Amino acid sequence: MTPAVRRVDVLVVGSGPAGLAAATRLATAGLDVEVLERDQQAGGVPRHCRHGGFGTPWHPLNGPGYASRAVRAAENAGAAVRTGVTALGWADATTPALDTVGAHGHERIAARAVLLATGARERSRAARLIPGTRPAGILTTGELQQSVHLFGQYVGARAVVVGTGRIGHAAVGTLRRAGVAVAALVTDRPAAPRDLDARLRLGIPVLTRTTPAEILGSPRATGLRVRRADGRTAVLPCDTVVLTGDLAPDHDLARRGALLLDPGTRAPATDGASRTSRSGVYAIGNLAHVTWTARMAAAEGRRVGAVVLRDLGAD
Amino acid sequence: MTVSRTGPLPTTAYDLTVVGAGVVGCALARELVRRAPGARIALLDAADDVGEGTSKANTAILHTGFDAVPGSLEARLVHEGSRQLAQYAAESGIPVEPVGALLVAWDAAQRAALPGLAAKAERNGHRATRIIEPDELVATEPHLGPGARGALDVPGESIICPWTTTLAHATQAVRAGVDLHLNSRVTAVTWDGCGHHVATAGRGTLDTRWLVNAAGLHADTVDRLLGHDTLTVTPRRGQLIVYDKFARDLVRHILLPVPTALGKGVLVAPTVYGNVLLGPTAEDLDDKRATHTTADALDRLRAAGRRILPPLVDEEVTAVYAGLRTVTDQDDYRIDARPDQHYVTVGGIRSTGLTACMGIAAYVADLLADSGCTDLGRARDLPPVTMPNLGEAFPRPYQDPELIARDPEFGTIVCHCERVTRGEIRDALATTIPPASLEGLRRRTRARAGRCQGFSCGAAVRELFGRGNGGRA
Ligand SMILES: Cc1cc2nc3c(=O)[nH]c(=O)nc-3n(C[C@H](O)[C@H](O)[C@H](O)COP(=O)(O)OP(=O)(O)OC[C@H]3O[C@@H](n4cnc5c(N)ncnc54)[C@H](O)[C@@H]3O)c2cc1C
Ligand SMILES: Cc1cc2nc3c(=O)[nH]c(=O)nc-3n(C[C@H](O)[C@H](O)[C@H](O)COP(=O)(O)OP(=O)(O)OC[C@H]3O[C@@H](n4cnc5c(N)ncnc54)[C@H](O)[C@@H]3O)c2cc1C
Repeated sequence: MTPAVRRVDVLVVGSGPAGLAAATRLATAGLDVEVLERDQQAGGVPRHCRHGGFGTPWHPLNGPGYASRAVRAAENAGAAVRTGVTALGWADATTPALDTVGAHGHERIAARAVLLATGARERSRAARLIPGTRPAGILTTGELQQSVHLFGQYVGARAVVVGTGRIGHAAVGTLRRAGVAVAALVTDRPAAPRDLDARLRLGIPVLTRTTPAEILGSPRATGLRVRRADGRTAVLPCDTVVLTGDLAPDHDLARRGALLLDPGTRAPATDGASRTSRSGVYAIGNLAHVTWTARMAAAEGRRVGAVVLRDLGAD
Repeated sequence: MTVSRTGPLPTTAYDLTVVGAGVVGCALARELVRRAPGARIALLDAADDVGEGTSKANTAILHTGFDAVPGSLEARLVHEGSRQLAQYAAESGIPVEPVGALLVAWDAAQRAALPGLAAKAERNGHRATRIIEPDELVATEPHLGPGARGALDVPGESIICPWTTTLAHATQAVRAGVDLHLNSRVTAVTWDGCGHHVATAGRGTLDTRWLVNAAGLHADTVDRLLGHDTLTVTPRRGQLIVYDKFARDLVRHILLPVPTALGKGVLVAPTVYGNVLLGPTAEDLDDKRATHTTADALDRLRAAGRRILPPLVDEEVTAVYAGLRTVTDQDDYRIDARPDQHYVTVGGIRSTGLTACMGIAAYVADLLADSGCTDLGRARDLPPVTMPNLGEAFPRPYQDPELIARDPEFGTIVCHCERVTRGEIRDALATTIPPASLEGLRRRTRARAGRCQGFSCGAAVRELFGRGNGGRA
């Protein structure tokens, strides 16, 4: 059975900063814009980043505050933001049309332009090939933040954080807020200024040039064995290991659509104006750039608005 | 229906008790209740769920038995069991895909071994194998690495869902009246001349007239509790890498290694969930708890994978796990009855127990009857079970418009990588044998089993699990 096709001007997949900014720009220009979000709430990753760092120095915002402003802006501009709807795959091999599912059932939506803004995720323990047991207590920052900030779940008592990038330090903040002691920060890099702050102000040991070598314990983690640059190993006792950063693009739809990928990042390759190898399909935000901040993703969302308007002859 | 995880075990004596709720023990419990409808039957396991031992961590192949030792008990029970299981799977909603296998030869010695393997297959009753030349091989498996010298084509080798297999048998057994007692590790057994007093760690004792030991890796330990020292089980670890679903299109068959005097290589096999497996290693150990993975094994597997199917190792790894095979001093199963002690040991099930479980169950039931267990009569049909489908080759709930129209919870995806809906999680929590942990929920639904391993949905799934379980998570 071929589902009935509904048509819109622009279909945006993903309601993170990039997708919402693009939707706002295009709806403001008068186009019929629909945003699909598979989660029950719109906003993307910032929704569970309860820390600051999202606004401007003059107008500081935390993640949820930033996300709800972005959703409101898109809706005020006239975009339809639909949550609980997953874009499953492409209707056919060439046209910008997607099959979707939600509580209402299946629907095929065809658009003049499809904007993929499906974001990036932190690589899992398995993807990082960290050997050892498979206990409870091993999670990424994304899961940690949702556990703590969206559901108030118990996380653990003593955590080791792997990665000292921006996200690693955000994980430290979330853990401390949840009452979890942070036993150590582990990074394969040399020390960075931010690490000094963790060490001096928070008293957290920062193990530089160190990599996770083995996860210990079952059914709950009891420790993380780490390896130093000189080959020596040590066990850090903990019941929780938070794996941070090391992002991978969420390129499921891109690959289902046989979009050309960047051989390095495996994000969809774009032409510099967010156009992918498939006509009428654009890739924006961390799906394309993997490690950008929310502000950079949103800025690209606004920029692609102008490109799409031009391509559709609507400018 | 009784599924217990806490509290003292019942005081009323059982007629038959099976120790070990792996795939073998569960299939056996089902077979016993089919043959002894009036009997009181118990199934005990040390873990908090069925299938927590080797049955959850294997290569998930429904073998034909083409390479078994001809004339062995294993060859016979694999042969019989695989047919029974294929039929049972079709009736019960256990996903099976008959993808077939290719034993790929990578050098002259392996190529020279193929005719012998074909002859062995023939002795095991498999006449449909044939040797294919490199051209045809590359045409059917275009992503194969360079240098393959040909292959033995073994139609009929299939992939199956090991979790649903164990659970289907256990569910049907429990619904037909078997009492399943989990968290019940057997620590001592006393035989008083007409029955056994079985002591457990933490849940008290249980009395039973007949006892079957299906404790897998620990079958020797349980044997010793009954005074027998004839079986020694050593674990042989197999580590495996699960690749992302994007790898599924790279391979059509199960790609088996050609066994030679130098040992057995690793295989590449699709899974019914749409992933690709690479492994297993074969490491003889002495620790029966050593189900952890190691860095050098992962390196070795990846090197082998790069040779067999080069683009495979460019895909992301979704999971890494290890299972322990049972090894004894014989190249066959070790199934022994001790009629005067009302006791049967189902030991040494090697690396074919998933395939053979129903053959083993029928064989052991006969053995019990021959040993004087008068409870067992002719088998009757049990009300069928319909297991939730976890396989990609069959419709999943999110794909079913009518189901979603009836119940919108099946249109609400929670675990996005595996496309598991809120309806499936809700239903899994309310089944005959509900999960006791997030891992148990994963084996029943695939929730959290995908490439993000919880980055997107982990907390939401834990929330649903906790809510359905009064906060236990
Ligand atoms: C743990 C963590 C902490 C971070 N902290 C900060 C910070 O403090 N400050 C900062 O500036 N940046 C931070 N970042 C980076 C920031 O989150 C990203 O820059 C930003 O979210 C990228 O926006 P996006 O729109 O590209 O994607 P996302 O925000 O990831 O949004 C993608 C959306 O697409 C949806 N989606 C995906 N596939 C489908 C589909 N098939 N159908 C429907 N919907 C779909 C997803 O559910 C998601 O809501 C952090 C990132 C992480 C992972
Ligand atoms: C790497 C690997 C790959 C394999 N691949 C395949 C394959 O492709 N196809 C195939 O057919 N087979 C395969 N196998 C073999 C298959 O997995 C096993 O033969 C099968 O799972 C054995 O089932 P079981 O019930 O005997 O043992 P288990 O699943 O180990 O069950 C034994 C149970 O006994 C319980 N127990 C132990 N001691 C006690 C006690 N004292 N009290 C109470 N309970 C106790 C344990 O908790 C456990 O649940 C593979 C095995 C491995 C390791």
